[in-house]
Amino acid sequence: MGKWFKQFFNGLIKENPTFVLMLGMCPTLAVTTSASNGLGMGLTTTAVLALSNLFISLIRKIIPDKVRIPAFIVVVAAFVTIVQMLLQAYLPELNESLGLYIPLIVVNCIILGRAEAFAYKNGPVISLFDGLGMGLGFTFGLTCIASVREIIGAGTIFGAHIMPASYEPMAIFTLAPGAFFVLALLTALQNVFKAPSATNTPNAKVACGGNCAACMDGGCVANREEIARVNGIKEAEAVAAKAEAARKAAEAKKAAEAAKAAAEAAKAEETPATENKEGEA
Amino acid sequence: MKEMILVLIASALVNNVVLSQFLGLCPFLGVSKKTKTAASMGAAVIFVIMIASAVTYGIHYGILVTLKMEYMQTIVFILVIAALVQLVEMLLKKISPPLYQALGVYLPLITTNCAVLGVAINNIGNGSSFGESMVNSLGTSVGFLIAIVIMAGIRERLEGNDIPKPFRGMPIVLITAGLMAIAFCGFAGVV
Repeated sequence: MGKWFKQFFNGLIKENPTFVLMLGMCPTLAVTTSASNGLGMGLTTTAVLALSNLFISLIRKIIPDKVRIPAFIVVVAAFVTIVQMLLQAYLPELNESLGLYIPLIVVNCIILGRAEAFAYKNGPVISLFDGLGMGLGFTFGLTCIASVREIIGAGTIFGAHIMPASYEPMAIFTLAPGAFFVLALLTALQNVFKAPSATNTPNAKVACGGNCAACMDGGCVANREEIARVNGIKEAEAVAAKAEAARKAAEAKKAAEAAKAAAEAAKAEETPATENKEGEA
Repeated sequence: MKEMILVLIASALVNNVVLSQFLGLCPFLGVSKKTKTAASMGAAVIFVIMIASAVTYGIHYGILVTLKMEYMQTIVFILVIAALVQLVEMLLKKISPPLYQALGVYLPLITTNCAVLGVAINNIGNGSSFGESMVNSLGTSVGFLIAIVIMAGIRERLEGNDIPKPFRGMPIVLITAGLMAIAFCGFAGVV
């Protein structure tokens, strides 16, 4: 029980996908124009994340290792389709305002990242809690960013006026540029307070450590070079080890051959002796 | 013809895929350190988006609509795109090694690029004809190329500048993107 809640809070706070891991940036910037949109997108993602985590964890022993990523994608896409249909039926307004970004939940790196990094390796219940924690952490992040943008850009929160009537809303904050500015200020604040975040941790040699969940997608190019370098070293080592083994084997063979040759020579010495005897006879 | 040009301009500049639709942000922020790599990435995106939207268009109207299974759109599209990228990578490796050298590294990264899936879904959602879809795809991907190359150019200039300490790294890149988005807002009246 305790470890389930630990996993839940890990996603909600310690490894918050928006503030700490900086994952799923596309929806974070695109749908945070108003607090209700942010909340809606967050909860939709939570539903997909929790269900796909649970399901992938349940079938993790059946999925062959080589095709696991396509298998994850199918599971996630199936849940996205289900959630999309439910939204169309029961919350058509939310469906309308989120639009294209609902099917795009499929390519949200948080979901595939958690499937690969957690659900594929852990039991179903803890995976469900991990999905819930990560999803609600994402919801929290989106709602915060969306609230800031809505308050500054429109003077409202969840549609209710909270700023004094004399406040002139800065509409740019609800438009595309505002999204970039709010996120920039957020990461700058994190840098000032040295809060843990993917953007200010000193770059490890391989930034993601092979862990897709902690990888800003683009890091992969740098990582790829680093991984290629490390693999190169490993390969060189393997080649060297092989050469060494081959040398040793050759030596052993040589020794064996020498021994054999010696034995043969000894035999040969004997044979002429018998031959000689025969010859004498 | 005139409409096609309008679609092209609208998708490349007015509704820029990165700066106003926020699709394909990860490569936009991650692979924009050098102009050369950014241009290769942009070229790879054009290549993949064109092929992917042509194929998904065919699959949607050829298979899904005839079988009345439009609800399978998301699942089918993402799988087709993922398989297609793999296939293109293998084909390029076999047929044209120089092109593979230039684009190959970026191809697997593009599979999970939301711009590719986004354009494919948008084309179907808008109910546009095959020609319009292709023009829209071309415009969108060229818009990505423009945005990422400009971004890389600015980031090259930013290097070695005296940026306030908290803004170093990601924040200044985001501010730059925001300013670019404001500039692209200027295109809003064009079409």
